[in-house]
Amino acid sequence: MSTAHEGRDEHADPHLQHHFGSMAQQYDSGKFGMWLFLVTEVLLFGGLFCAYAVYRANHPEIFAYAHQFLDKTLGGLNTLVLIVSSLTMAMAVRCAQLGQQRRLKQMLAATLLCACVFLGVKGVEYEHKWKHGLLWGTRYAPQGETAAPAAAGTQVETTAAAAAAPADGGTTLPHAATGPEGLADRPQAGHGDAAHGGHGPAGPAPRNVHLFFGIYFVMTGLHGIHVLAGMIAIVWLLRRSASGEFGPGYFAPVDFVGLYWHLVDLIWIFLFPLLYLIH
Amino acid sequence: MSTHDATTAPPAAGEANYLNCSHGFRSWFFTLDHKRIGVMYLASILSFFLLGGILALLIRTELLTPTRTLMSADDYNKVFTLHGAIMIFLFIIPGIPAALGNFVLPLMLGAKDVALPRLNLASYHLYLVGALIAVLSIVQGGVDAGWTFYAPYSTTTNTAVVTLTFGVFVLGFSSVFTGLNFIVTMHKMRPAGMGWFDMPLMLWALYATSIIQVLATPILGITMVLLIVERVMGIGIFDPALGGDPVLYQHFFWFYSHPAVYIMILPAMGIISEVVSVFSRKHIFGYRAIAYSSIAIAAFSFLVWGHHMFTSGQSELMNMIFSALTFSVSIPSAVKMFNWLSTMYKGSIRFDTPMIYALSFMFLFGIGGLTGLFLGSLATDVHLHDTYFVVAHFHYVMFGGTVIAFLAGLHYWWPKMFGRMYDEKWGRISAIIISVGFNITFFTQFVMGSQGMPRRYYAYVDKFEPYHVISSLGSYLMAAGFFMTAWYLVKSLYRGRPAPANPWGGGSLEWQAASPPVMHNFTDEPVGGDPYDYSNQAYDPALGGYVLRKTEVSDR
Amino acid sequence: MILSGLVNTLSVRGAGVPFLATGDGTFWLPVRASEAAGTVDNLFYFIFWISLFFFTLLMALLAIFAVRYRRRREGEEPEPSPSHNLAVEVVWTAIPVLLVAAIFWFGFQAYVDMSTPPLDAYQIQVTGQKWKWTFTYPNGYVDELLHVPADRPVQLVMTSQDVIHSLSIPAFRIKRDLVPGRYSKAWFTAVRPGDYDLYCAEYCGTQHSSMLSTVKVLPPEEFDAWLREHSDILSGLTPVEGGERVYNVLGCKQCHTLDGAAGVGPTFRNLFGSERSFKGGGRALADENYVRNSVLDPQSQVVQGFEPVMPTFKGRIKDQEITALIAFLKSLSEHAPREEAPAAVGP
Repeated sequence: MSTAHEGRDEHADPHLQHHFGSMAQQYDSGKFGMWLFLVTEVLLFGGLFCAYAVYRANHPEIFAYAHQFLDKTLGGLNTLVLIVSSLTMAMAVRCAQLGQQRRLKQMLAATLLCACVFLGVKGVEYEHKWKHGLLWGTRYAPQGETAAPAAAGTQVETTAAAAAAPADGGTTLPHAATGPEGLADRPQAGHGDAAHGGHGPAGPAPRNVHLFFGIYFVMTGLHGIHVLAGMIAIVWLLRRSASGEFGPGYFAPVDFVGLYWHLVDLIWIFLFPLLYLIH
Repeated sequence: MSTHDATTAPPAAGEANYLNCSHGFRSWFFTLDHKRIGVMYLASILSFFLLGGILALLIRTELLTPTRTLMSADDYNKVFTLHGAIMIFLFIIPGIPAALGNFVLPLMLGAKDVALPRLNLASYHLYLVGALIAVLSIVQGGVDAGWTFYAPYSTTTNTAVVTLTFGVFVLGFSSVFTGLNFIVTMHKMRPAGMGWFDMPLMLWALYATSIIQVLATPILGITMVLLIVERVMGIGIFDPALGGDPVLYQHFFWFYSHPAVYIMILPAMGIISEVVSVFSRKHIFGYRAIAYSSIAIAAFSFLVWGHHMFTSGQSELMNMIFSALTFSVSIPSAVKMFNWLSTMYKGSIRFDTPMIYALSFMFLFGIGGLTGLFLGSLATDVHLHDTYFVVAHFHYVMFGGTVIAFLAGLHYWWPKMFGRMYDEKWGRISAIIISVGFNITFFTQFVMGSQGMPRRYYAYVDKFEPYHVISSLGSYLMAAGFFMTAWYLVKSLYRGRPAPANPWGGGSLEWQAASPPVMHNFTDEPVGGDPYDYSNQAYDPALGGYVLRKTEVSDR
Repeated sequence: MILSGLVNTLSVRGAGVPFLATGDGTFWLPVRASEAAGTVDNLFYFIFWISLFFFTLLMALLAIFAVRYRRRREGEEPEPSPSHNLAVEVVWTAIPVLLVAAIFWFGFQAYVDMSTPPLDAYQIQVTGQKWKWTFTYPNGYVDELLHVPADRPVQLVMTSQDVIHSLSIPAFRIKRDLVPGRYSKAWFTAVRPGDYDLYCAEYCGTQHSSMLSTVKVLPPEEFDAWLREHSDILSGLTPVEGGERVYNVLGCKQCHTLDGAAGVGPTFRNLFGSERSFKGGGRALADENYVRNSVLDPQSQVVQGFEPVMPTFKGRIKDQEITALIAFLKSLSEHAPREEAPAAVGP
């Protein structure tokens, strides 16, 4: 809630809009509005989570197979980065409330920096996928060391028309990723055992693996757009804070952007395990 | 509450009010005043209603003969797609909330504006952008996927689907922001002494509507995104050849689009509650029941989307659940009808144009609602699904319901908004012509549909021709009624008698503002009280309207 | 049941004025040509009469109140009257609840029956595509019209080749979507011989409204006779023409070309009379017996360079058809002996 302003003539407050009776009413209204907006964002992503749930329930083998192409380390790093950015954002709000102008700008800048790192890492991941043909729909065409060799009878589903070995429940999973290169540098030797970490036997990949990547790119892509929008909002806050506009009597914009930012972080915290940490 | 000298008249027409206090394009297009935003919305949605209506006349004219009358099959498919998309996304969804709600909501709360005026303006700008993008699809050759865009047809057809769906996506934001704004306003800007159950029912209606707008529209957003991504990137989510599921699209689509129909009808019901009470000079019957039923309808609306998909291959269990829930949503609506009727009982009823529309609403929505029973019941729905029976049903509820109520509200608040009275005689005549024309147009479609005539048919077998001819003739009559309405309403802006503050004797707070209101709404702080208590009003023949009786400090 | 009988009678008589010569249907509904139609119609009229009753009641009250309580002079105020009444409100909520519960229940019951085909239903495959229907009978015969026997449960197993379509037979009161990539089913028992309209009821593009067919209900013996006769795909054709028809209709053309290019299977061009070498050794001359063997027991002799994927046509092809096929193959081969073309095959 707003800090004490009893005794001040509120109508002198340049930030008080004409249709509100008090700064408290204005602040409350804005906050409530931002919460409602966050609800709509949750629903927006909720639709995607539903699509994820439906496809995972119907095709568990696709998810079990394809998620191994995602780099857990990078994903984990990004998760950490966003959590830190939430911290710096919360501290920025606190600074605004206390009128600590310099710290406020530093915290905002730090948040922005974390966001840049996040997007940078995502860029690296996307680039890797692009390079190895791990894309959506008909663009799915794994190449290089990530491709299961054709000799072992695996079929890569590039189109539905391609006759394919039936999905076999993922018991012949290729070797899991050990680094940014995705599937191991080791050639598929066609040995037996299919356990994680073991030498991957060749074996048929399930059909329609591209569905996983379609979902991956849409979900992380939409999330990335929201990160970008948040960054724009933070830049806007930085500009406004340059003139010392925020302080104990008026910090609502920082507070509300902070709320938005926390949600962006929260959405990622759900995305990460669902996409990267599938068992 | 303060005392108020009832004999002091509010500022006379012609003095500075929100319409004439500033001039120029920029003062309107960048205004933060909810009243101006409401008026801009009104002008825009009526323009799109005209466009959608012309498309409807084209459809009905094409259907005068069983084969080609005016246009090719492809063109017909594009015409009905555009008709649906414009009417739904550009007219009826924003419709009452944006055009009338924006105007009256703050006034009814005795407030100076909505809570978030800049968001309100953004909402309008987004509406324009979305509408223009949507209409741009015409220039690109049109879209032929139907306003429902079912996959895989919509993902494979070679028409401007992406443009239209992107326009719809943008419009979704406009809708969300309007709803968000209304919710915040009603929570945070009620005056001291106005609890939730002291609000006029129009506000309850707008509140329930706003909840749906905020919760359901994001799903429309993500559905449009997925459709666009499917077309542009080919991710395969709805493509069976790539392992996707076309029926999943229907679930996504209807999860929004069913609640959307309650976005359309709830504000309409709010208007009827106001009009029936005022023009019967009687307290609304069953206030709490109506208030609760509005929220109940909003809640239940999220649970019934599958009733659009009974023949899609959904499991029998799902079908059963959706059918049962669909019936549950019919009860609150029925209850409202009984409440309105009871309001008229022992009232003192005057048949001004708004009341004629309200009576017409009860007739037409009664039919529309009852025909929903046929569609909610599984065995009959199998026969009636995707026939003209459905077309008739939704036109009865959306048009005979929402549009008629919209007209009631427009005529009810017209004096407030523009400070002019329209010609009452032409008002009544037009209302009757529109209602009669409507019934001729759409009642025949029930019969056609139950006889098996499928919908979205460009050509049809000969036996249905008489029905189509009757229906089309009805549509021309209806169109004539609308043109008459437009004519006398526009005329009133220039030649209408100046309106008193309270021509009808309404009890909600907007009637204590001038007609039209000053920029900041009220010159004197409005006197609160029960909005449906008319005993504190007196008719002043000199004024041609009602004034508050001289009174002590009113206790609440 | 008394109730349905009563409703039935009332509806047929009360609303039963045939309108504009639509046959034996009523004002509202088409003729009842299936077993389920009666139940569906009873439910329709049950809802109809309840709706009409309450609607008339409400509108009558509306009219009465409008007249009786009209304002007679300006400024008149009504007598005070209550603005809520718990007992009345409870009653007028409870009664609709009971009524709609009944409607739901009957609707659900009838629907379950309509969704549960008997195990011995006669299955017909239906394929929808932009913009025509194809019906495939159990013996492989393919037609664009839907012939069915009367008084026997028929189940349609349906799929789409492209977008979503929907099969609608108003006279039977059935409708079901055809979705690409999966099978959907509908069943009925036709009770009344005759012709009935079949529509596509899910918008599917330019010719959606021309995607029509006809259901022809035949008495059971007539149906059997019809099927026998029309499955004779050679009727009226010369042997070579008949053989070409077999090639097209029975699916040989999926794997065997006529132009010399190898497909999944060897080309038919110049096949007859040529020397064949088989996987695992062995050779043979491609004569009449060879052709017959290839069709009925294809795995026994697989030509070198091809995979053993050809299914057997035993039970799916008639002897006459094999004969016609042989004539066709001869016409495609320069190794074949010249022959006089005999008269057209069979009735």
